[in-house]
Amino acid sequence: MIKIESKNVNLFYGDFQALKDVTMAVEENTVAALIGPSGCGKSTYLRLFNRMNDLINNIKIEGEVLVDGQDIYNKGINVDELRIKVGMVFQKPNPFPKSIYENVAYGLRVNGVNDKSFIEEKVITSLKHAALWKEVKDKLHKSAFELSGGQQQRLCIARALAISPSVVLMDEPASALDPISTAKIEELIHELKKEYTIVIVTHNMQQAARVSDYTAFFYLGELIEYGKTANIFTNPTNIHTQNYVTGRFG
Amino acid sequence: MTHLEQELTQLRSDLFEMWSLVLKQVKSSRDALINFDKDIAAEIRYKEKMVDAFELKLDRDCENLIALHTPVAVDLRLTLAVLKINTNLERIADFAKSIASFVLYCNKESLNPELLQVTQIRDIFDNAIDMLSETRKALKHENSKMAIQTFVKDDFLDEMNEKSTAIISEYIAKHPEESEEALTLYSIIKKLERIGDHCSNIAEEIVFYMDAKVLKHGGLDHED
Repeated sequence: MIKIESKNVNLFYGDFQALKDVTMAVEENTVAALIGPSGCGKSTYLRLFNRMNDLINNIKIEGEVLVDGQDIYNKGINVDELRIKVGMVFQKPNPFPKSIYENVAYGLRVNGVNDKSFIEEKVITSLKHAALWKEVKDKLHKSAFELSGGQQQRLCIARALAISPSVVLMDEPASALDPISTAKIEELIHELKKEYTIVIVTHNMQQAARVSDYTAFFYLGELIEYGKTANIFTNPTNIHTQNYVTGRFG
Repeated sequence: MTHLEQELTQLRSDLFEMWSLVLKQVKSSRDALINFDKDIAAEIRYKEKMVDAFELKLDRDCENLIALHTPVAVDLRLTLAVLKINTNLERIADFAKSIASFVLYCNKESLNPELLQVTQIRDIFDNAIDMLSETRKALKHENSKMAIQTFVKDDFLDEMNEKSTAIISEYIAKHPEESEEALTLYSIIKKLERIGDHCSNIAEEIVFYMDAKVLKHGGLDHED
């Protein structure tokens, strides 16, 4: 079943066209990796799905962007509700200046949840889902800043999961992490896809190969090739894709 | 040229060198057998050590290339193809050595020309050598069609192998005193037929590298 998709999407930053006629669909409970050289439009494309681009001035979007079959750019769409359904994890870990517990509980509290036992259960479940529980269960009320970079990033993932999204967008989630933390995030992505649909932007080609089921190659705002990751990395059909994944350009 | 491209170019170059060596070994084994030349046979056995060393080097280079450069797409297919072609070439060279051993340790001074003629051993050798040479050319020119064309020669080798039982039986009935040589020639025909099979494997690897198509066992492509 298709979870999210774009149909003939064009996106302009003023006069500059950042996305050109992009049509692509991501199946539920799969991981889709977006790859391509800097400036190719992959992060812009990712941000379409929880309307993070709305925050940028002078932007124009054409085409359809669908989550669960509903065009999220239609009038009447509640963006706050959309962002509950479509969570996001950024490149640099960005925990709030609060305790580990409160970081995870934050999304629930701002959405009006007051039930203490419900919040506690959600915090524990989210930390377990983010593979962080064992490392923090004895210091839940310590500052989030006491955690390592890798732990902070998993905390941000736990924070995103706490509000029960069905889609998680990840913008280079491991690029600022050491190899051990990166491996943990990758393992986590593999586990999370059982319950979530994940779209990840990565500059690390091997990471895309390891974590994703499908890979999309973007170049100069165009979706050049989209297919099973195994095919993209063994037998890409487009010469530009081949040149990129083999490191011959980009 | 990127570092990876330099490594792949070197790998190809080493493979072609190994290929030339193996080709020379098979040609020499033909000359050793037809002329019953023990000097050539001894040289083949000596050079076999070079083939073994080459095989180990290419294996190690492929292993390093995968570990250090993580090749993908066409680069990965080339690396995997080199790895498999390397194994096939080494086995072909083993057959050449085995033929040389027969010539070297046989207590006869020559084989009966009639035996060589009825078995068409020279034609069988030439077909096997052509297959080995043409697959090399196919990779050199990156031409998968040229690789596929070599399968016809494998059919000839299979046919000659099938006929050989009757031919050798008939010969032994006529020349019972030469039964040992005749049986050895029978086993050499089988080895040459196996060289044809290895060359077919090599041709399949060239198609895999060039076209990303799997021909062996009826075929499977990457879309499946």
